[in-house]
Amino acid sequence: MIDIKNLVKQFGPFTAVDNISFTVAKGEVLGFLGPNGAGKSTTMKMLCGFLNPTSGSISVCGHDVGADPLAARRAIGYLPEGAPTYADMTARGFLDFIADVRQLTGKDRQWRLDKVIDQVNIKDVLDQPIDTLSKGYKRRVGLAQAILHDPPVLVLDEPTDGLDPNQKHEVRGLIQAMARDKAIIISTHILEEVEAVCSRAIIIARGRILAEGRPEGAAGWRIGEVLAGPGKLDAAFRQITQARAA
Amino acid sequence: MKPMLAVLRRELSGYFSTPVAYVFIVVFLFTAGIFTFYLGQFFERGQADLKAFFLFHPWLYLFFLPAIAMRLWAEERKSGTIELLLTLPIPLWAAVLGKFLAAWAFAGIALALTFPLWLTVNWLGNPDNGVILAGYIGSLLMAGGYLAIGSCLSAVTKNQVIAFVVGVLVCFIFTVSGAPMVLSFFQGWAPPLIVDTIASFSFLSHFNAITEGVIDLRDLVFFLSLIAVWLYANAVVVDFKKAG
Repeated sequence: MIDIKNLVKQFGPFTAVDNISFTVAKGEVLGFLGPNGAGKSTTMKMLCGFLNPTSGSISVCGHDVGADPLAARRAIGYLPEGAPTYADMTARGFLDFIADVRQLTGKDRQWRLDKVIDQVNIKDVLDQPIDTLSKGYKRRVGLAQAILHDPPVLVLDEPTDGLDPNQKHEVRGLIQAMARDKAIIISTHILEEVEAVCSRAIIIARGRILAEGRPEGAAGWRIGEVLAGPGKLDAAFRQITQARAA
Repeated sequence: MKPMLAVLRRELSGYFSTPVAYVFIVVFLFTAGIFTFYLGQFFERGQADLKAFFLFHPWLYLFFLPAIAMRLWAEERKSGTIELLLTLPIPLWAAVLGKFLAAWAFAGIALALTFPLWLTVNWLGNPDNGVILAGYIGSLLMAGGYLAIGSCLSAVTKNQVIAFVVGVLVCFIFTVSGAPMVLSFFQGWAPPLIVDTIASFSFLSHFNAITEGVIDLRDLVFFLSLIAVWLYANAVVVDFKKAG
């Protein structure tokens, strides 16, 4: 459902994303790993149409992001880095705004709103201005915004950043529950998260894909040539990203 | 259309979600009153019209409207919500127009709240209400011009203060370019064509023409095309900044 081919993004002389290609199919949760500044967020911004690629093509559910941006955006739910929301609005007002923009109407609209509010568990704070909410609630409101229209493609940039362990667990559960009929990309620094929710992982650094990995049952994950036992993913991550950097 | 209305509604309610909007309106009405009664000598003139009131609108707007427009894009950029806004299925023109119309509606509300002045002249005498209506229409059109400039400049920076200062500056240029002082400066040496061109870009000359009670098509076209050009520039700036 997501098809990225030879994606390049240059900021002046600096190449942030250097010829990346990958696909994500329905039912997959792709973990996007890499050190800070590796190009994870830049790739996601291009995927969601916020940045224009220097070259390469991105297609989402058959819609080219460059040629038909609105159709592509309709198919995507996007949680940008830091989960920005309109701080002066209440959580309810904010989700109403998103529902208006997404053109949800009638019964369906109410059903979706109720369902999402229940899924991310923000019922208690619906009528508070978002800037008075705790970090965890803010992030959950941002997540609610991304999944409100039940998109076939979900792009989550560090969805559990700043959450406490319980909230992380809840959000991961939510992602797993949605995984079956969506194509999901999440970026993260937290390697246990990859083991918890992802069905595949890509490690990128300096804008290039270094390795791809998959879980191999009880043996843990195989990333590139490295086999990492359960819970040993971060050692493999260090080995891969630092070997190439040296 | 629907996404544009959603943006419009959100922006407009954004103005009223803090006390700033109310303070703003009160200060605007108060200042408009001072200008009208003291500087404009509303009573001393002894005439039942609102000339003294409209006379100062360009100068009031010069400071008030960039203050309304400065947050439109700068705030989105600062808080990062611009990434959310521009990845929602909203065409760029709809986002630009929605925001602009919200600011314009807010200015319209502030302007409409000056209605006690209109009641006053009608109570004191028999004014030509057609002329007064023309004045209000002209004032609203002019407000649109200032706001389109302010909105575009707000997209250039994420700092609202810079957006405001640059907004005032550009609005100032568009206001005074028709003032006699400026024109006489050019008249000495520049060919008449250039002097006329400079004068024709002035809000003052077009607005004053309308407040005389004649809504000339040229003045109408001037303000509407000015709004269109600045909003187009606004969209270009937003698009350019995101591409970088």
